Amino acid sequence: MKPSMPTPSAPPPPIIEVENARISFGAVKALDGVTLQIMPGECVGLVGHNGAGKSTIVNVINGGLTPDEGGVSANGNAIDAYGINVARAHGVRCVFQELSLCPNLTVVENARIVHRDLGGAGWRGRARRIIEESLDAVFPGHGIDSGETVGALSIAERQMVEIAMAFSDAGTAPRLVILDEPTSSLDASLAKQMLAHVRRFVAAGGAVIFISHILHEILATADRIVVMKDGRIVAERPAGGFTAHSLFETMGSVAKGEAARRESRDLASAPLVLEQAGSGLPFTARKGEIVGLAGLSGHGQTEMLMKLHAQRSGNWWPRHDPAVAFVAGDRRLNGVFELWSILKNLSIASLSDLSRQGFVNDEAEEGRGEDWKKRIDIRTRAMENPILSLSGGNQQKVLFARALSTRAPVVLMDDPMRGVDVGTKQEVYRIVRDEAAAGRTFVWYSTEMEEVCLCDRVYVFREGVIVAELAGGDVNEANILAASFQGAAA
Amino acid sequence: MNLRPSSDTIRLIVPALSLASLLAAVFWLQPRAMSYIGLNLLFNLAVPIALATIAQMLIMAVNNLDLSMGAFVSFVACVAATFLYDSPLLGVPILVAAVAAYALLGVVIHLRNLPSIVVTLGMSFIWTGLAVLLLPAPGGHAPEWARWLMTAKPPLMPMAIVASILIALLAHFIVMRSSFGVLVRGVGGNERSVERAGWSALAARAGAYGLAGAFAVAAGIALVGLTTSADANIALRYTLLSIAGVILGGGEFVGGRVSPIGAVIGALTLTLAGSFLSFLRISPDWQIGAQGAILIIVLALRLFLNRIENRERRR
Repeated sequence: MKPSMPTPSAPPPPIIEVENARISFGAVKALDGVTLQIMPGECVGLVGHNGAGKSTIVNVINGGLTPDEGGVSANGNAIDAYGINVARAHGVRCVFQELSLCPNLTVVENARIVHRDLGGAGWRGRARRIIEESLDAVFPGHGIDSGETVGALSIAERQMVEIAMAFSDAGTAPRLVILDEPTSSLDASLAKQMLAHVRRFVAAGGAVIFISHILHEILATADRIVVMKDGRIVAERPAGGFTAHSLFETMGSVAKGEAARRESRDLASAPLVLEQAGSGLPFTARKGEIVGLAGLSGHGQTEMLMKLHAQRSGNWWPRHDPAVAFVAGDRRLNGVFELWSILKNLSIASLSDLSRQGFVNDEAEEGRGEDWKKRIDIRTRAMENPILSLSGGNQQKVLFARALSTRAPVVLMDDPMRGVDVGTKQEVYRIVRDEAAAGRTFVWYSTEMEEVCLCDRVYVFREGVIVAELAGGDVNEANILAASFQGAAA
Repeated sequence: MNLRPSSDTIRLIVPALSLASLLAAVFWLQPRAMSYIGLNLLFNLAVPIALATIAQMLIMAVNNLDLSMGAFVSFVACVAATFLYDSPLLGVPILVAAVAAYALLGVVIHLRNLPSIVVTLGMSFIWTGLAVLLLPAPGGHAPEWARWLMTAKPPLMPMAIVASILIALLAHFIVMRSSFGVLVRGVGGNERSVERAGWSALAARAGAYGLAGAFAVAAGIALVGLTTSADANIALRYTLLSIAGVILGGGEFVGGRVSPIGAVIGALTLTLAGSFLSFLRISPDWQIGAQGAILIIVLALRLFLNRIENRERRR
């Protein structure tokens, strides 16, 4: 690995060096042997698709995660117990993707939280001076009152405060600032101000790790670009060595065979079952169609599913004929009833079909349970076992069965395959295809390229709106990536 | 600097206005209340409630809820009326241990990630049990100094008002101005970011619980100072009164949004609501219901203002 600018005689030690870091969460390898050096005076652009390991490496550098293998050194010295406080003492600061200020505190009080060594009488004055100096430096003419509660600021203002907070200096000067999607809520002129400040900071000897989905920002700002994929660094070059096109090509996978492709079906004559207009392209779905929602995670796909669900379900009273079923992505949060049996978890959505005069017909319920147990192969001895006795993949199958056993003609799926093993995935793909052939409509949000490519038609989301519609042969990884990353089409 | 009132000030307007209008109504019904003695009579029972409300507010600032507040204050009152009167050398360590127990509760709740409602509900039976052991029948004596403190007659303003102002200022300083207070509210607002900045959320929560214990101890002693004797059930209704006081004063159950000045005003309002209904000659049978109705009206008013505030922000 070489630093961006070769310096004559005794190059300065890297601010932070991560060596061969490996981290696994269960079976998922989040980092698979990553080595990364951050030199003083450089801005490193970090790009990659969902789950490529960007956030994980950021968390290793800021001390929030300890790698299972490998180590971190700062200023050329290996550090054994690298943690949040050690990282901060070495001047590592981080602006997180999700806003991480306390919304109930004022800007000044948040500065107090961020800078631990600010205490003592009169800290308010000092904190105010520090944060206002930094805000003035990064965003001249910002107009933010530092006595205001953060919750009362607009999203853009909060982001500005957070960025200024990372660049502020209260004793320990910032040396490495990590910016994770910092411009996502800033308008163009504010983003420009911030990027200009990044260049000033780097010119003064600081270092910046810059993560963004807007590729031309990265290309224009970074000195060196690191591309990650599946927990590995797959390319690392000076920014001049990349174009927008070559960048997203590097991010994508090596062209996979089209083995798992579905045969394209002609659905143009099928009746429309869903319609939703938005500020981007309108959303439509036909009977029997599998519609994919793609794009980087958190760009409005779940909101679209919620909107579709709200549009098709009763407001106060449950409808007798369910029009739509929902398969949740976060099982723990809004999927399973943890204390219930497998059978109860399965039948809850279709109880009205299984009951007579308000009483559940036990036999019908059991019959349906056995039927689905066979159809999708839920691996358990008895459906009366608690749901948590199943593996994650089988729990997910129960959730699928819950949705499919209703009479709802539309099934919405919110990235339901996260953390599911390959075998189960194949089974579910088969079920989805069969059900679609039988006339059900599926709207499928997935963060996995392979699944999106199974869909008949795909909408790509960016910043809350649909920016592209791909159908038939156009549904492939390169097209989806190109649409998810702004500035890539040029 | 802009002249727009901060959102904290707006939060204080509703409790302040409700207290003022309730006070005006009381004065109109009973002009004789508008005197040094009258005000003291109206408000002196508010002092222990205000202290308990501040204690509850500290717990709510870290997104927890204390259902043992009333039982704990009763227990402290029993200790104050027995050990603290007979042998202060034993009484003081007992109370210190009680505060330490509160801090420990905070540690346990944080470490084991337990629901505070369940833990404190369980603790309420322990505190009540201990109180019954100390004073199976009403009795005991108030320590001289507590009695003196609560019946002192400062010039200009009655003790109840002076004490309320002092409590409000002290709590405001600790919770709103000090670094510790910022940390505690930070844990309520966004625990993860506090930890990311390298703080110990455990220490903050333990500190908040310990301080709450200290305020609750003060509430128990103040109560005995007023009533001169104690009883194991003397303060049971403080649990709900303290929660209502915090909410009335502009605090919220989650999110670390609390206001100490508002909480004291809330406690005063709740006390005054009882007197107001007596002056209206509403039969005691209906008073609790009517008190509830007042609470609902004030809270509805706050909800309404919140909605306006949110709508303005969205524009």
